[in-house]
Amino acid sequence: MAAHVHHAPNPKTYLLVWLFLIIMTGVTAAVAYIDMPGPLNAIVALVIAVIKALAVALIFMHLWVSSRLTKLTAIAGMFFLGIMLTLVSIDYISRSWIAPSIFTYFRH
Amino acid sequence: MSSITQPLPQQEKAFRWKMPEESYLTDGYSLKSWLLTTDHKRIAMLYLISISFAFLIGGIFAMLIRLELLTPAGDLFESDTYNQLFSAHGIIMVFFFLVPSIPATMGNFLVPLMVGARDLAFPKINLLSWYLYVFGFAFMITALVLGGVDTGWTFTVPLSTSYVNTHVILAAMAIFIAGFSSIFTGLNFIVTIHRMRAPGMTWTRLPLFLWSNYATALIMVLGTPVVAITLLLVILERTFHIGVFDPAYGGDPLLFQHMFWFYSHPAVYIMILPGMGVVSEIIPCFSRKRPFGYTMIAYSSLMIAMFSFLVWEHHMFIMGVSTYSALIFSFVSFLVAIPSAIKVWNWTATMYKGSIHWDTPMIYAIGFIGLFTIGGMTGVMLASLGMDISLTETYFIVAHFHYVMVGGMLLAYLGGLHFWWPKMTGRMYPEAPAKLSAILTFVGFNLTFFPQFVLGWLGMPRRYHSYPPEFQVLNVLSTAGASVLAVSFILPAVYLLWSLKYGAIAGPNPWGAAGLEWTVQSPPLTHDFVETPVVTTEAYDYENIPEPAYASR
Amino acid sequence: MPMDSHTMTVDHMQEAGHPALKPYFDDLAQQRDASTFGMWVFLLTEIMFFGGMFCAYLIFRNLYHDAFVAASNTLDVVLGTINTAVLICSSLTMAMAVWSAHMGRRLMIVVFLIATVLLGLVFLSIKGVEYKEKWDSHHVPGLNFSTDAFTHPEKSQGEGELGHPALPSDVAQHTVIYFGLYFCLTGMHALHMIIGIGILCFLIRFAWDGHYTADHYTMIENFGLYWHFVDIIWIFLFPLLYLISRHR
Repeated sequence: MAAHVHHAPNPKTYLLVWLFLIIMTGVTAAVAYIDMPGPLNAIVALVIAVIKALAVALIFMHLWVSSRLTKLTAIAGMFFLGIMLTLVSIDYISRSWIAPSIFTYFRH
Repeated sequence: MSSITQPLPQQEKAFRWKMPEESYLTDGYSLKSWLLTTDHKRIAMLYLISISFAFLIGGIFAMLIRLELLTPAGDLFESDTYNQLFSAHGIIMVFFFLVPSIPATMGNFLVPLMVGARDLAFPKINLLSWYLYVFGFAFMITALVLGGVDTGWTFTVPLSTSYVNTHVILAAMAIFIAGFSSIFTGLNFIVTIHRMRAPGMTWTRLPLFLWSNYATALIMVLGTPVVAITLLLVILERTFHIGVFDPAYGGDPLLFQHMFWFYSHPAVYIMILPGMGVVSEIIPCFSRKRPFGYTMIAYSSLMIAMFSFLVWEHHMFIMGVSTYSALIFSFVSFLVAIPSAIKVWNWTATMYKGSIHWDTPMIYAIGFIGLFTIGGMTGVMLASLGMDISLTETYFIVAHFHYVMVGGMLLAYLGGLHFWWPKMTGRMYPEAPAKLSAILTFVGFNLTFFPQFVLGWLGMPRRYHSYPPEFQVLNVLSTAGASVLAVSFILPAVYLLWSLKYGAIAGPNPWGAAGLEWTVQSPPLTHDFVETPVVTTEAYDYENIPEPAYASR
Repeated sequence: MPMDSHTMTVDHMQEAGHPALKPYFDDLAQQRDASTFGMWVFLLTEIMFFGGMFCAYLIFRNLYHDAFVAASNTLDVVLGTINTAVLICSSLTMAMAVWSAHMGRRLMIVVFLIATVLLGLVFLSIKGVEYKEKWDSHHVPGLNFSTDAFTHPEKSQGEGELGHPALPSDVAQHTVIYFGLYFCLTGMHALHMIIGIGILCFLIRFAWDGHYTADHYTMIENFGLYWHFVDIIWIFLFPLLYLISRHR
């Protein structure tokens, strides 16, 4: 149990992460106005959000240096949220299926 | 396990146990010492009292329902009143009795004792959880006093959001608040089991009761927040018409069903997994054998917790969900039968060639296996799409879930209560009336609910206060059974209270059972263990534990 | 894993008398481990709590895409971006407060916690300005709602929707769902911030009194986890509510 040996990141790391987050916020706001094909705008925005969230979780929340159990807890949250979103979507995607038309659902 | 310094009863025939002078019960007698306690055992007792009260109220509503159904005409209550009766019965029994029943009483009492800790990880949060429960229950009682709620326990939208003018908001708040009590219990169990095990208490030495409570806690933590937000959205929909669930604004009632059952199906396993844990403790003890397939029983609990999040749509097969997704959910619903069957087989295999003792907890446990098997097998019938469409919303489904929840959980709850009663109070219950009530429960239960399978098969729909006259014979049988059942619940209440003063003194281990909780005095000290126990053997080392002379033979 | 914490070491013996050690824990390491893990499990429940609303948002955005795009364009991206930056700054000050506690610097803890409170208040104020704007343009479901801005955009005074074609009234009606979810999501997020600021005030008081030492600052650390989590929720709300419908 390495609780006493606390590898907390130092202020320099925090500042770098903060800078990265601020820049990414600007980037995501800017690219939102670029017209990309299909659902790409939403995908880009969400990918940036995931990267930002990971930066906060891994560095600010010390997940990077946490025990396996803590990491597992964080992953479990994402996993069960994923189950809910996926399985609910499955119903909505296929509810009106006569001929499969999965792509009309994710037009945007 | 660790040693008992005092002699076991059979070593010295004339030996009689004395009540220990100090225990958690003698640590302060004032009301304040109970209401502000952080001792997990006292909180367990507070829970025991409050859920017994909830059970009484829910039971009264059940009796009123059965009285109404005695005759085909809707003569005793108006249909509206009848709607309120079954809603109140459902809400109280599900959210205020079954969900907290075993985890909050026996779980609270036993988890620290079984892992060898001096308390749960967060005692104050544990106390908060009880207050939230009481607070939520107060909301529910207020809703009932002000005129009740008639949406059924499922709060079906848009009925609950747009059409009824009963106290939906109060009842939903009640469940919202009680939900947090359940979350806090689950959180405490997870952290305690992960972080506070005694030296040598490895995962594979963990009692099976803890494995099943751990799985339950996972469901509580992952599922309950979803029902909390769902009911919050119902409240907001009803007050502000945000349109999410209301088809008049383009909202989708099926989304409510998805979100509600995302919790409420796993909640069905909150209502059975702890019972399985209790049975997994009782069967080895009264068969004097280590459980057959310990690892598989343990892992099957986790499997049930996992699968429980993948099957919720089988509650929605007739609601117009996509056929394709219904196929997937139907398939996964069949899979749940696998871990459940593993458990049933392993319990029976444990009894095989065991030295079986017919004490009261064992009678309850064997009743559990039989009734749970029937409840589970009819569940498999309902998992198949075609069967479900004709049988759901009939008395078949009512009988099915009562076989699991009452026949399963309630029997396990009573069995566990008898099994650990000597540990909780230091005194034995009287064996003869206990056996009688255990047998009465089994008989009364089957008399009540087996006719309902037949009724449902014949097509009697649920949630109506009147029915065609040809169904009367079976309904009369069912009501008669309910009366037997009522007697079998009143009986334990009487003799358990009696035993508090007059019961024989139990001593630390009246059953000769394995487990750390039996190595300490009964009732235990406030801090459970005088010194941190060190575990050196497996959980069910019955080959090396002498049989006690005490238990009734 | 937990076995190591029970080995009797000299450290352990000294710690036995530590004022912060609760009697049911064996040592400070176990106590700290348990409470941090408990906090993470609590955050797990929070993920599922917000998850329900995210799920509803996902479904309805795809069902009523046009209404959601139009409604989303009434939000002020500039204010949203500023608020995101404010929240990220508050996460930085929170992380620094935890670091100061780790270093055992009492005054620095207090300063960084106060900075966090102030940034939190700035966020809430900007949020308040946005809510006020929603109220003025009749976009609050149940209390003050009208679809006029979408069916007759030429009459509207708001900035965002200018230049958008008028929506048919049946499509415009679905904007109520967007605003319903907008207020649920941001309102629940704001409620978490308010609770957080309330707790922060107590933490500042305790920190000032010197309750936190380099070997015991679990409360600050766990609160930090909560604060960062609320930040993460906003990191997802920002693109979902403000950004993904901006492009033409």
